[in-house]
Amino acid sequence: MKPIIEVQNLRKTYGTTVAVDDVSFEVTEGEIFGLLGPNGAGKTTTVECLQGLRHPDSGRVRVLELDPRLKAAELRRLIGSQLQESALPDRIKVWEALDLFASVTPNALDWHVLLEQWGLAKKRRSSFSSLSGGQRQRLFIALALVNNPRVVFLDEMTTGLDPAARHVAWDLIRAIRDSGTTVVLVTHFMDEAEKICDRVAVVDQGRIVATDTPQGLINEHASKVRVIFTTEQADLTWLSGIQGVQRVTKHGPRVEVEGGGPLLALVAAALVEHGITPSDLRVEQPTLEDVFLKLTGHSAED
Amino acid sequence: MRTLLKLSWVEIKLFIREPITMVFTFALPVIFLFVMGGVFGNVPDPEIYRGVGAIDFYVPAYIGLVIMAIGVVGLPGHLTSYRERGVLRRLRASSISIWSLLGSQVIVSFFIAILGGILVIFVAMAVYGVSLPKMPDLLIPAFVLGTLCFAAIGFLLGAIFPTTRSAQGVGLILFFVMLILGGAGPPREVMTGAMQIIGDITPTRYVILILQDPWLGFGWAQKASLIVAGVMVGATILSARFFRWE
Repeated sequence: MKPIIEVQNLRKTYGTTVAVDDVSFEVTEGEIFGLLGPNGAGKTTTVECLQGLRHPDSGRVRVLELDPRLKAAELRRLIGSQLQESALPDRIKVWEALDLFASVTPNALDWHVLLEQWGLAKKRRSSFSSLSGGQRQRLFIALALVNNPRVVFLDEMTTGLDPAARHVAWDLIRAIRDSGTTVVLVTHFMDEAEKICDRVAVVDQGRIVATDTPQGLINEHASKVRVIFTTEQADLTWLSGIQGVQRVTKHGPRVEVEGGGPLLALVAAALVEHGITPSDLRVEQPTLEDVFLKLTGHSAED
Repeated sequence: MRTLLKLSWVEIKLFIREPITMVFTFALPVIFLFVMGGVFGNVPDPEIYRGVGAIDFYVPAYIGLVIMAIGVVGLPGHLTSYRERGVLRRLRASSISIWSLLGSQVIVSFFIAILGGILVIFVAMAVYGVSLPKMPDLLIPAFVLGTLCFAAIGFLLGAIFPTTRSAQGVGLILFFVMLILGGAGPPREVMTGAMQIIGDITPTRYVILILQDPWLGFGWAQKASLIVAGVMVGATILSARFFRWE
């Protein structure tokens, strides 16, 4: 199948600052594709180039087979966009904004449904300035969807949402994907990328350092498991002898055993053998966070 | 087209919800009318006010004042604040075209100018009993031309000013200079030569002239209308050149 978005060797500089160095990726129709990386990695600039809001210095970009540089107006009618730095007039009402943005296309969705879905039904007559950060964010997502886009770009969409609203947002984004819309999600939240993205591109300093499914990235770059427990016993040198163990670290009574393979079962058996039965024995599976640290040498949420 | 009409209607509602702009645009000309009317009355004097009564002179001038307030204070501040806050960015990303954006501002400008003009005429008739315009068939095209001219000036200033604060500050200075020297302030006959020259280079002077001439029955102000049309075309071209979404 032909990709719905193609990016080859995209580069964008602002003066002497290189925002996007050399980025290439493809997005398949009907997937949630994540661009994951710290602030300033070039994620936002990349998606702005895809929407024709910025002109790249070089590289080839096609979205829905259109070149955003030449066909920006045509393209923007087919895509939805939730931008990081944008606003509405203070005194515009929620329903007025949705009604206005729905008017750009005859194929628009019924915005009353969007109001319900995004928890804004009670706020439909409220002015934009009276909305909380989370409500504004949900309104922007609803505005990005109201023209029934084929591709929707969501830039840090859960910033400002409380934990419950984040989970609702994730469910709704999955539902949008299931209804056939392709989603490009820009985020610096590891858990968000891991939970909802079908594929993730890890972005750092203007480059993509890896692209795969979240589990694929974890399997390839962070197969280490950590077993954690507490014990008062001082001599634990025998732990290093267990098959698969690569590293044992101790912080007071807290012990971390790092390694690969069926680590939890082997460590648990050895502990019982040595008369230790910690009640807090647990295992930490590797996450995208570990992948990110491994690939870039720093944390994304810095 | 649908977007243009929706955006215009939203913008009209937003204007009505903004009391300070409303007061500035509508109350100021009326206050001036009372002050000038109170000072000068409406008895014609061949020495000043082009030989007509002061109120008859000022009513069309204050319709021009409403139009000018839109172009140098209202529109530039509106557009710069939209740009500064990311509203333009938001509209653009949702494929709202520059033509819908600027077209809606033209429609709102006409809405405000018509309402403000009617208010000035109504007060002048009720309080001072001024007569209706002598040549309404010429007044209407003059009104349309003047409003389009200042809408274009508003776009240009809105495109040039970097921030909302600068738009408001410089806009107000321009407003008061053009108000006082451009034909809506003291009669031209009492001004010094320098003041007259400055007045002559403001577009306000010519917009007021094209309104005043048909109002007072002097006919169509040919030269002034060409100047107004020229400013309109020039400002439109320059604002298309300098317009920025962000």
